[in-house]
Amino acid sequence: MISLLYALASLGAFALVAGIVLAIAQKVFHIEGDPMVDRLDTLLPQTQCGQCGYPGCKPYAIAVASGEADVNHCVPGGERTMLQIADLMGVEPKDLEEEAAAPMLAFVREDECIGCTLCIKACPVDAIIGAPKQYHTVIADHCTGCTLCIEPCPVDCIDMLMKPELIEHWSWPLPDTKRAQLGHERREQHAGHS
Amino acid sequence: MPAIVRKLAQRLGMLQHSFVGGVHPNMHKLSADCGIEDCDLSPVHVLPMKQHIGEICSPLVAVGDQVLRGQKIAKSEGYLSVPVHAPTSGRVVKIEEHAIAHPSGMGLPSIFIESDGDDTIDESLSPISDWANSDPTQLRERARMCGLAGLGGAVFPTFIKLVQDKRFPIETVVLNGIECEPFLTNDHRLMLEHAEEILEGMAILMHMVGAASGIIAIENNKQDAAEAMQLALDARSDMDDVAVMVLPTRYPQGSEKQLIYTLTGREVPAGKLPMHIGVLCQNVGTTKALFDAVVHGRALTERIVTVSGDALPNPANLRVRLGTSVRTLFARQGLEDFSGTHIVHGGPMMGERLKHPDFPVVKSSTGLLAMSSQFMGSAHTVEQPCIRCGHCSEACPISLVPNLLADQCRSDQFDKAASYDLFDCIECGACSYVCPSNIPLVHYFRYGKGQLALQRREQAFADASRQRSEARDARIEREKAEKAARRTRVRQTHAPKTDQAKADTDKPAAVDSGAAAVSKESKD
Repeated sequence: MISLLYALASLGAFALVAGIVLAIAQKVFHIEGDPMVDRLDTLLPQTQCGQCGYPGCKPYAIAVASGEADVNHCVPGGERTMLQIADLMGVEPKDLEEEAAAPMLAFVREDECIGCTLCIKACPVDAIIGAPKQYHTVIADHCTGCTLCIEPCPVDCIDMLMKPELIEHWSWPLPDTKRAQLGHERREQHAGHS
Repeated sequence: MPAIVRKLAQRLGMLQHSFVGGVHPNMHKLSADCGIEDCDLSPVHVLPMKQHIGEICSPLVAVGDQVLRGQKIAKSEGYLSVPVHAPTSGRVVKIEEHAIAHPSGMGLPSIFIESDGDDTIDESLSPISDWANSDPTQLRERARMCGLAGLGGAVFPTFIKLVQDKRFPIETVVLNGIECEPFLTNDHRLMLEHAEEILEGMAILMHMVGAASGIIAIENNKQDAAEAMQLALDARSDMDDVAVMVLPTRYPQGSEKQLIYTLTGREVPAGKLPMHIGVLCQNVGTTKALFDAVVHGRALTERIVTVSGDALPNPANLRVRLGTSVRTLFARQGLEDFSGTHIVHGGPMMGERLKHPDFPVVKSSTGLLAMSSQFMGSAHTVEQPCIRCGHCSEACPISLVPNLLADQCRSDQFDKAASYDLFDCIECGACSYVCPSNIPLVHYFRYGKGQLALQRREQAFADASRQRSEARDARIEREKAEKAARRTRVRQTHAPKTDQAKADTDKPAAVDSGAAAVSKESKD
């Protein structure tokens, strides 16, 4: 009987200590916000284009984290982003509904620009500079190609141009051998079914 | 000798230091006995705006401008960059994109200079004959202004290495005359014919970095060059602490980190530079160019190019002005029909295979090779399965595991490949060379490196975009709050007088009652 009491007392004391430690740890290592949302947000390409039906990348991340949105709505992220999100959420990957277009850049035809600042207000990443009644221009290095500036422009002076290919950013393709192609295909199939 | 036996022997002190791995390809030094010939001026020279590792230059001249030989025609746009100079006197005829020696087949903006035949030299840079009493920083600026970049093929801007850093004092200057690539003989001939100038250049290097000792490293398939350098060295009284070292021939001994280990027994850590272990390594061609820049005040406008290959009738070593068309060089050596011929820029182990010869000679052009299809053989067209023979691991001078890395790159497991030190690979090609299954290992590594770089670039862009987007959201919030605050203020000032007066009378009363409460409490 005594040994039973000992066991109960020692286990109880252990549970108490563990409880105190956990309570302190929760206070000390407390994280503001939803860590899942932040992790999803880092996977997204941050174009803020709204093609997913949400007003930006963060809102989409919140929607995915809460289970409200599917994992396959990010168009510019393509298959890689979809697979990463599915992996993180622990759900089955889904086919993309839309094929991602080639990366584009917005370009303001300056002699037609009337300086209305509407595109500046529309740009989600502050990539357009200019002032009222002054020409506006797009900072090419900052433009995500989201096309949100096209619609508000009253004189239609914004074009979407192909992103120029830089020799520094060129990279070697996969070797042109059968085994290379086969290995690559197998990997993609595997990724598609996991 | 297998790598493990060599390592063991080194531990026991039975062997001199020597890098691990490596291969012994047939050297095919066809042009070793051909003296350096001067190549005629081209009617038009094409100068790409980037001939070095680093940032691209921007043109300083406009179409129609007259230029002199050695005149700066494009300036650096950043620290890791060196300017471009006119290779001869003439007129700028156009500035547009032109194909360069790049595996992508893409071009770069280039300046086209039509030669006037006079070859007038720009004399604006004065010679520094008394370099021994000159400030090293002044000499360093000279190296930068003259457009010097590593002429061994890597074209890293030379001036960056020529620095005296108190934290990392340079003890030894290594002169790299190894030239371990098959076919190439340009450094060999340069050492034979310009030994004194190279030594003077080495003395300038040692003065610039404050080094006490020096080593001239030459492989034993170039005994005559070693003798010529030794002879020139004996004739000088001021270079007692410099020695010529003849090393057994093995590829890739000329690679900077491998050479330094062989000579000093010290390893350059991954991600660090030779400077961090007190060594400066320079190619002999670059050293000669430094001599010309300092002592003669001449910018880098020409280099020695080995034109060779089994499909070329007359192999040669040519002194070529930068911007000369490669097609005319091959034609000069008797090759005009390129059907069934592969063109290689650089050496056969590390060089780029190119589709056509319509690109200009640049600072990195160590060699131009024309190879017959039979010579290139079926290599790397029929890839067989890996049989785990381990030859690639034994041949790797960095001690990587090439077959594993290739598997990871093939199946897009780039992060895993990076954790197996993919980025330490120097792409020497020793693994591909020994592979009995013809696996294009280096090609897989280049693919993997490129994809990883792309992913990192995209991630960095996404992070920057997120920051800008968040800053914008915060700004909009702030502006909204400010507007709301202003609105309430305006509403208050325009509010009816009675309300205002009431508010005023209310306030002191509240304060009084508060004070009363406090005094009450203190009494209690």
